[in-house]
Amino acid sequence: MNAVTNYIKSLFLIELAKGLRLTVSYLWRKKFTVQYPEEKTPLSPRFRGLHALRRYPNGEERCIACKLCEAVCPALAIKIESQKREDGTRRTTRYDIDLTKCIFCGYCEESCPVDSIVETHIFEYHGEERGDLYMTKEKLLAVGDKYEKEIAKNRELDAPYR
Amino acid sequence: MFELIQPYLQWMPAGAATVSIIVMKITVLLVPLLLGVAYLTLAERKVIGYIQVRIGPNRVGPRGLLQPIADALKLLTKEIILPSSANRFLFLLGPVLAIAPAVAAWAVIPFDHEMVIANANAGLLYILAMTSMGVYGVIIAGWASNSKYAFLGALRSAAQIVSYEIAMGFAIVGVLLAAGSLNIGEIVMAQQGGLFNWFWLPLLPLFLIYFISGVAETNRAPFDVAEGESEIVAGFHVEYSGMAFAVFFLAEYANMILIAALTALMFCGGWLSPLPSSVAEIPVIGIVLGPGIHWFLFKTAFFLFVFLWLRATFPRYRYDQIMRLGWKVFIPITIVWLMVVGWAVVDHWAPWFD
Repeated sequence: MNAVTNYIKSLFLIELAKGLRLTVSYLWRKKFTVQYPEEKTPLSPRFRGLHALRRYPNGEERCIACKLCEAVCPALAIKIESQKREDGTRRTTRYDIDLTKCIFCGYCEESCPVDSIVETHIFEYHGEERGDLYMTKEKLLAVGDKYEKEIAKNRELDAPYR
Repeated sequence: MFELIQPYLQWMPAGAATVSIIVMKITVLLVPLLLGVAYLTLAERKVIGYIQVRIGPNRVGPRGLLQPIADALKLLTKEIILPSSANRFLFLLGPVLAIAPAVAAWAVIPFDHEMVIANANAGLLYILAMTSMGVYGVIIAGWASNSKYAFLGALRSAAQIVSYEIAMGFAIVGVLLAAGSLNIGEIVMAQQGGLFNWFWLPLLPLFLIYFISGVAETNRAPFDVAEGESEIVAGFHVEYSGMAFAVFFLAEYANMILIAALTALMFCGGWLSPLPSSVAEIPVIGIVLGPGIHWFLFKTAFFLFVFLWLRATFPRYRYDQIMRLGWKVFIPITIVWLMVVGWAVVDHWAPWFD
C-alpha cells in the first residue's frame, strides 16, 4: 500500500508541488539583507576587532611588560621586549602584534592583569603596503588614544559579565 | 507590418529591398530578444535572491537595473583565452554553433496573429531541427577544448539533450495530432475559445512533460549535472572566457526563452486571451483583455519565472536518475497519452477536437 501511495505521489509530482508552494511563499518574506556600508549589524561590547594599548587617565601607559599575553597567544603573534625605565618601573621597549598571524581569540585581552591590551570594536581597517598590518607599540598606543572613550565604555558595559 | 516601408525602398534594386526588409525584421526580433536574455539574467538573480530571503543585485543603477549592462561590458573587455592545445578552429566554431540555432529558431515563432518572420507550414519541424542542432555546439566545444572536464561535461549534456529530445518530440506529436497542423500560427488558432479550450487541459501530461523536458534540454537546474559545479566545474564551457563564454551564456538563455515561448504557444494559446472571445468587443479594455502580443509575452514571462522557481527549489538530480526519468518515465507516458489523444481526435471530443 505504501509503495502504491509513493508511486502515485511521485507520478503526480505532489511532493514537488509542495516544495514549489513553499519556496514561492518565501518570495514575499521580509528580506534579511543588511545593506552593509549604509546599514550595519549591531556589535556586542565584547566584540574582538583591532587591538589597542590603553593608558591610565594620567597618561601613563598601562602595560607593565608581564608578558602574559605573549605567553598565552596561541598564534604566537605577540612579541615583547622590556627594560627598566629611569624611575625604576618595568616597561616595554617593544610591543608588536602581527595582525596577519592574529586569530582574534581575545586571550591577550583576557590575560592582561592591567587591562592594557584590548581588542576594540573596530573591524574596518586595512593595510596598503606590506608591513602595514604589523602593529608596533606606537601604532597600538595611537589606536588606544584615539578610541579610549569607546573602549572604556565597552569595558564598562561588559563589566557585570566578567 | 513591414509592407508599409516597402514604398520608401523603391530606389533600391528589387533584391536589395527584400534583403533590407529581412534584415530589418531580424533586427526588430533580435534586439528585444537579446535584451530579454540580458534582463533574464538579472531576473534570475533577483527571483532566486527573493526566494532565498535576500535582495539580489541592487547596486548598479536604480534597483540594480543596469547590472546586465555592467556584466556584458565586463565580459566584452575580458581576454578570450585559447588553450594552447585546443583546436583553434573548432574551439571558436563551438559558440557560433550553439547560438545560431537558438536564435534561428525564432524565425517561425508568431508573436501575434500573422506577426511572424517566416510563416512556415512546417514550423514545428523547423523548430525541432533547429533545437537539435544546438547539441553540436556543445559537443564541438567540449571536444575542441582538449580538457577532460569540458569533454565529460559535453558528453553529459549531449546525452541529456539527445534523450530528452525524444520525450519532447513525442509531446510535440501530441500537439500535432490535436491541432492537425505543423504551422505554429495554426496550432494557436486551433486553441481558440478561452482558458479551457487551450491544449494544456486535454494534453496535460504532455504539457508537463514538454516543459520538464525543456528544462532538461536547456541543461537548467535541477537537470544541470552537465554544469555540476561540485564535480566538473562548468561542463563543456570551462575553457571559455570573455565573449566566447558570453555567447554560450546567451545561447542557454535564448533557449530558455524559446522553450517558454513554445510552451506558451503550443499548450497555452500563445497570444490568445484566457477570457471568452466576446471580451474583445468591449471598448477600450477589450484591447487589453482580448487577444494580443501582451498575452504571449505574459505567458512566456510566466514560464520563464517557472524556470527560475524550479532552480530555486529543487536540488540537482543524479545523472542516472535523469536518464531513468527521460527514458523510463517520460517516453512511456507520452506514448500512452498519444494513444489517448489519437482516440479523442478520432472521436471528436468537444470542445478541443471538434
